[in-house]
Amino acid sequence: MSMRGILQGFLLLPVFLQSGEVRAGWLERKLMVNGAGATFPYPLYSRWFAAYEKEHPTLAFNYQSIGSGGGIRQLLDQTVDFGASDAPMSDEQLKKAKSPIVHVPATMGAVVLSYQKPGLKSPLKLSGEVIADIFLGKISHWADPRIVELNPEEKAVLGSPDDPDILVVHRADGSGTTSIFSEYLSKSSEEWKKKVGKGSALRWPVGIGGKGNEGVTSFIKQIPGSIGYVELVFAKTLKLPVASVRNAKGEFIEPSPRSVTLAAEGALSAIPDDFRASITLVPATGAYPISSFTYILVYDRMPKGPGRTALYGFLDWALRRGQEMSPGLNYAPLPAPLVKRVMDRLARSEQESSRP
Amino acid sequence: MNARHWFNRLFISGICLLALFALVPLFSVLFYVISHGASSLSFEFFTSLPAPVGEIGGGIGHAILGSVVLISMCSLISIPLGLGMGILLSEYSQKPVSRVLGVVVELLSSIPSIVVGLFAYALVVRPFKGFSAHAGAIALSMIMIPLVARTTEEMLKLVPRSVREAGLALGLPKARVILSIILKGSLRSLTVGVILAVARIAGETAPLLFTAFASQHWFQGLSEPLASIPVQIYTYAVSPYEDWHAKAWGGALILILMVLGLNLLIRIFLPRRKDG
Amino acid sequence: MKDIPVEKNLVDLFFRRTLYGFAVLAFLLLGGLFVFLIDLGLPAFKEVGLGNLMSLEWNPPLKSFGILPFIYGTLVSSLLALVFSTPISVAAALFLTEIAPRRIGAVFGFLVEMLAAIPSVVYGLWGLFVVIPWLRTSVEPFLRKSLGFIPLFSGPIYGVGMLAAGLILAIMITPTITAICKEVFGAVPRPLKEGVLALGSTRSEMLWIGVVSSSRSGILGGMILGLSRALGETMAVTMVIGNTAEISMSLFAPHQTMASAVASEVAEATGVHLSALGVVGLVLLLISGCLFLFLRWSLRKGGYSR
Repeated sequence: MSMRGILQGFLLLPVFLQSGEVRAGWLERKLMVNGAGATFPYPLYSRWFAAYEKEHPTLAFNYQSIGSGGGIRQLLDQTVDFGASDAPMSDEQLKKAKSPIVHVPATMGAVVLSYQKPGLKSPLKLSGEVIADIFLGKISHWADPRIVELNPEEKAVLGSPDDPDILVVHRADGSGTTSIFSEYLSKSSEEWKKKVGKGSALRWPVGIGGKGNEGVTSFIKQIPGSIGYVELVFAKTLKLPVASVRNAKGEFIEPSPRSVTLAAEGALSAIPDDFRASITLVPATGAYPISSFTYILVYDRMPKGPGRTALYGFLDWALRRGQEMSPGLNYAPLPAPLVKRVMDRLARSEQESSRP
Repeated sequence: MNARHWFNRLFISGICLLALFALVPLFSVLFYVISHGASSLSFEFFTSLPAPVGEIGGGIGHAILGSVVLISMCSLISIPLGLGMGILLSEYSQKPVSRVLGVVVELLSSIPSIVVGLFAYALVVRPFKGFSAHAGAIALSMIMIPLVARTTEEMLKLVPRSVREAGLALGLPKARVILSIILKGSLRSLTVGVILAVARIAGETAPLLFTAFASQHWFQGLSEPLASIPVQIYTYAVSPYEDWHAKAWGGALILILMVLGLNLLIRIFLPRRKDG
Repeated sequence: MKDIPVEKNLVDLFFRRTLYGFAVLAFLLLGGLFVFLIDLGLPAFKEVGLGNLMSLEWNPPLKSFGILPFIYGTLVSSLLALVFSTPISVAAALFLTEIAPRRIGAVFGFLVEMLAAIPSVVYGLWGLFVVIPWLRTSVEPFLRKSLGFIPLFSGPIYGVGMLAAGLILAIMITPTITAICKEVFGAVPRPLKEGVLALGSTRSEMLWIGVVSSSRSGILGGMILGLSRALGETMAVTMVIGNTAEISMSLFAPHQTMASAVASEVAEATGVHLSALGVVGLVLLLISGCLFLFLRWSLRKGGYSR
């Protein structure tokens, strides 16, 4: 009976796929390099992987964008080959690792304030204090005098006091984007520092939580009157407006790869040898205030083998060729002097591991 | 009298209206799934891997294959176990084991699917340090086994007692009577039960979220993470990209066609169940 | 059904032993479920204590693991679903058993059952892109305008939130409650209905007094079964409730249920956080277990069948 044949084929499918012959052909088993972590650089990484896999067809990169918190945890549990995080790991987290971890800056990005407020002619201008008060719930309407004061030309659009509420969107998961954003707010507002503080997940006074940069962006896109913080590329891809934010020099800066690079260059000399550095509110002209590195986290003494060769080969590629792809996707390439320092660091780790 | 008469009419039409109201969501879901989903179905949709984030194109072929693999693994575990338990429940119903099993099976089927997922996570993912197709199949089986057991029990109880007596009168051992006469005679209705169970687990998402997890590649082995249609729908639905939303609707259309199709098929081909 | 006596021989013995083996496996699965969940949750009890777990604040990075917001979210969304769903289900069951001609009734019954066959994640997708925009642009602004003085209908309108979750859950449990009500109404003895009619009452009075009122305990049973479905429902709720661990009076406000908390946080949780989510799962299991036992008990007592 053919019905029976179909049924048998169906039931034996997993066994069939698992067997060697099939792998050799259609479903060739590749060397899997598993990673997990930040959603912030995911659009860039996913293109890097696609390009690198094209050059190295025996490799397959599997990256889960589950948030920086999850990436760090999975790296510590050794369920992945590399982690990815926007905020550097804390000393406490590093102590939990079974062997030393290297922070490899991969690219830089901007956390932007994206919003949906139909009718505005130019990008909204915001200052740190105003952003903090919006996310504290103290500024709850678009017509609040403090927003109007920064945007006098938009007074008509921002509207009357009974105009719609400001609907705050934040991250629901542990996130490096949140770390960077809240670090910036803690630097900008005493009240924020006292009441909320900084961290990868917070006790939010107001708003709704979206999962990942993706979730937050999709809420902003769907809800008129909303404002939230996301990585620049997400706002750009979806053509959402982004606010210009006042920097340490008092200028209103539009987020862009250029203004992020300016921030990094302003902080270059202060970057320590382990690359764990903050570039928020850097006192440099033209620098966007909520800029950050994003890191790929790897074990320094990863055992030698094809896995290590593949991963370190990819990192080398990402630091050279990968950087060229960044600006097109609204990420900022790393400054050249920093790339050199990172490559030296990786070369040292390569030497260490080849020692018996 | 007139007032009562009018009230009567009002009441009856109110009931009819409310009842029809229950169907509004069904038609709305079907309408949106079909109208949004149909446009994204293409050859590429069924056969390709997803495009890199933010790029348009690609498909969910890996998730379709993943779902088929998961359902097949789960059937491999659940059909024999479920059938066995169903036989015990129906043919040995006087035994104390059978009575306790009845309660256990019902209890198992009342457990929320997310809790089942958590169990599979603690049982497989945590000790083996990694999401895997195995974990997903175990979680789904926990849901499918009670379903199969209960329908098997129901179907076997429909077999008239005289059939059993006739078999035993021939001097056959009870095991033979059950396997060769009763099971064979109910093959058709048992198949229906299994298909309904498959239709049910094909759409299960919650138990897979942190067991089989997700993947952007073709099947890579049973101890690796595996994509599936429902999880893919979830991921795409909460994403901000319109192209992904369209793919989520496309995935939903596949699921709906499968689930409703199986249900309809069964309605048409199954002889009416006897009441009682 | 009575078992037919069998002569014992080896084949039978072997067959029966195998089946017993399956039964033992089922017990082990159930037992294992409890053991593993307790094992998962225990570190949370040890490290942060019961006081922390029973608090109002859920904030893993700050080591606050209060699960009350999730319990609140689960209970309120499920109750809301019952409020929406019960009248519709009772009406649908009345329509099926008492009003509609046989053929229409059969088609209608099939369609209501199909409501249960649609996967949860598809409801979530539909909720996200169809129901929520509707709630946000028409229903919730209207409610706030007309009833905004009641705390339930005040506060900012996001679309996602408790009301959306309650509404979607109501749709999902309607087939369950309808099925039970159908059985219960079908079991109302004919003489009772005829008697009520013979006393000179209209058809609607007959339906109300004869059918609905006399089936109150059965309807309640259906509601409890619906409640137990709603408590554990995960995907659709996760997609529309807004994922915020808060307790707020407003039905417009985003919340989180036990199931949605587990669904959205386990994959990235670590250490005590993971363990606390284990506790959430355990509480959910216990609540649904209690409902199950209550249902069984009332089924046996009430004597109506499912």
